[in-house]
Amino acid sequence: MNQNNVILNTLTYVVFFMIFLFSIHIFLAGHFAPGGGFVGGLLMASGLLLLYVTFDLETVRKMLPINYSILVAIGLLFALGTASIGLVAGDAFFTHYFNHFQLPLLGDSELHTAMLFDTGVYLVVVGVTMMIIESIGGDQ
Amino acid sequence: MNSAVFPIIVPLFFAILLMFAPTQRVYQKIVATIGILSTLSMSVFVLQKVHTDGAQVVTFGSWQAPFGITMVADSISTLFVTAASLVTLFIIWYSFTAIDREREGNYYYAVVLLMLVGVNGAFTTGDLFNLFVFFEVFLMASYLLSVLGGTKQQLKESLKYMFINVFASALFVIGVAMLYAVVGTLNMADISVRVTQLEQPAIVTAISVVLFIVFAFKAALFPFFFWLPSAYSAPPIPIMALFGALLTKVGVYSILRTYTLLFPLDTTFTHTLLMILGIATMVVGCIGALASWNVVKIIIYNIFIAVGLLIYSISLFNEESFAGMLYYTVHDMLIKAALFLLVGLLVYVTGTQQLRQMGGILTRYPTFAWTFFIAILCIAGIPPFSGFIGKMLIVKGGFASGHIAGSIWVLFSSLIVLWSMIRIFIYAFWSKEGRFETVPKPTYVKMLVPTVTLVALCVAYGIFSSVVWPYVQDGAKLLMDPTLYSQFVLKGVK
Repeated sequence: MNQNNVILNTLTYVVFFMIFLFSIHIFLAGHFAPGGGFVGGLLMASGLLLLYVTFDLETVRKMLPINYSILVAIGLLFALGTASIGLVAGDAFFTHYFNHFQLPLLGDSELHTAMLFDTGVYLVVVGVTMMIIESIGGDQ
Repeated sequence: MNSAVFPIIVPLFFAILLMFAPTQRVYQKIVATIGILSTLSMSVFVLQKVHTDGAQVVTFGSWQAPFGITMVADSISTLFVTAASLVTLFIIWYSFTAIDREREGNYYYAVVLLMLVGVNGAFTTGDLFNLFVFFEVFLMASYLLSVLGGTKQQLKESLKYMFINVFASALFVIGVAMLYAVVGTLNMADISVRVTQLEQPAIVTAISVVLFIVFAFKAALFPFFFWLPSAYSAPPIPIMALFGALLTKVGVYSILRTYTLLFPLDTTFTHTLLMILGIATMVVGCIGALASWNVVKIIIYNIFIAVGLLIYSISLFNEESFAGMLYYTVHDMLIKAALFLLVGLLVYVTGTQQLRQMGGILTRYPTFAWTFFIAILCIAGIPPFSGFIGKMLIVKGGFASGHIAGSIWVLFSSLIVLWSMIRIFIYAFWSKEGRFETVPKPTYVKMLVPTVTLVALCVAYGIFSSVVWPYVQDGAKLLMDPTLYSQFVLKGVK
């Protein structure tokens, strides 16, 4: 994009972070309320897409030097690792563990291993979506 | 308890590792080798464990059996899993020289391992919807493999291949939904119990035909085979070998599982259908194999003959034919992969796929020629090679259940297999000097070694069949009595 689009440029700085934070919110809400890693990941990818629309491919790559295929691999490792906790603990594959913890600032919170799996899903969705967008939109 | 999932998660883990450095060729080769070797040793471990301790059942997330997703490693599925891992080992080994750098740098080995994840998963799963999921896993990988490299031919064929499979997958979900509407469960063991209690055999039979069409697309049975010859001949040889050895067998395995476990009600109708289509598939394969002058196509048409034979043996429905079927499937996975690798070498040294242009290989490459000859004897079923035992059992089973004509046709079709293969031997290896490429000797040897080893393994599989026999017998017993399956899945009986 080489237009001098002031409104889009200015808005993107604000809106990108709003989308990013909202995607984290949706991701964390995912266990008991609608949301989760998949939707959160898509939102994050759409935020990144906004950056691509506003600036061009090279600029965004300079801003965020992320190799998305490695992001996918890390995400898959998270998912497989979470599923494999059961193997180490002597339970069935994919067994889900959770407990209540007293955390500073947050107080009584319930932590689930399912969230680790969802982290993997989040990373995979962001990675795959961005890989698709880069490979389709990348060449002229 | 969890050992059933090891042959699935081990290749997945190594495929993920491979994704971290796609362009490091040495890293790719080393990790792929370690990955496939550990997958193979895991599957052999599970095979042995199933044989000594009984079927290994794990239900994901510690849910109870009909509610969670069950993975079942019984004597049939582990046998297939082991054979699939073994075949993949040789194909990866062969790929080290046969696959170009560009493909190697684009996740080739990762995708091969991911395809093995899907295939092993489809063999192991005990849940009908999960079977669909694993079908998609290996189909995704196969789409990628068939398009990888992006030649014009590949793009054209992979598009057709995708359309066919997307259609079949849609039909699969429809069939699963219909079955769920009728029996209210998707756990295969639970379905097999409820189907007998349900007093509506007609609707279940109708659903069984819907699912049969899906699996017939994958296995390339008679009216649904049209996509296979062109789709399989587009990608390079190792990928072709992988598809030819594994993918159709997943279709055959699914038919075997569903028709022994889920739909044994109206056997006069369903098994007659299987028998007719099996024989028709063999006829198509025989015609194609004899009519074609393209060496790759000849091997591809030989896939049909084997698939037809396996479906025919399922339709016979007795213990002998099931034992023969299990034995023959493993044999066919090994020998088909070996033949594809041999033909790859043949195309490599001659630079053409046309049989008419080849000739005189015997004098230049005697080791290769005699390996090819032994492979021909194996696939045609000359005793004591491995094809013989399987075919003998199937034919015996056929005679025992009174299907004389079909069994005689099986014998006749093996003659045609022999003829179509010997034709390659006579034209390409015996006759006058034909076309030759100048081939660097080390590359030739590097491709020859895995091929010869795989053929030697096929020969050993025939000669030492007594080693495999106990596992095959366990499987045949299980197929004859579907209540055994539901007992160890639902009640934990060993």
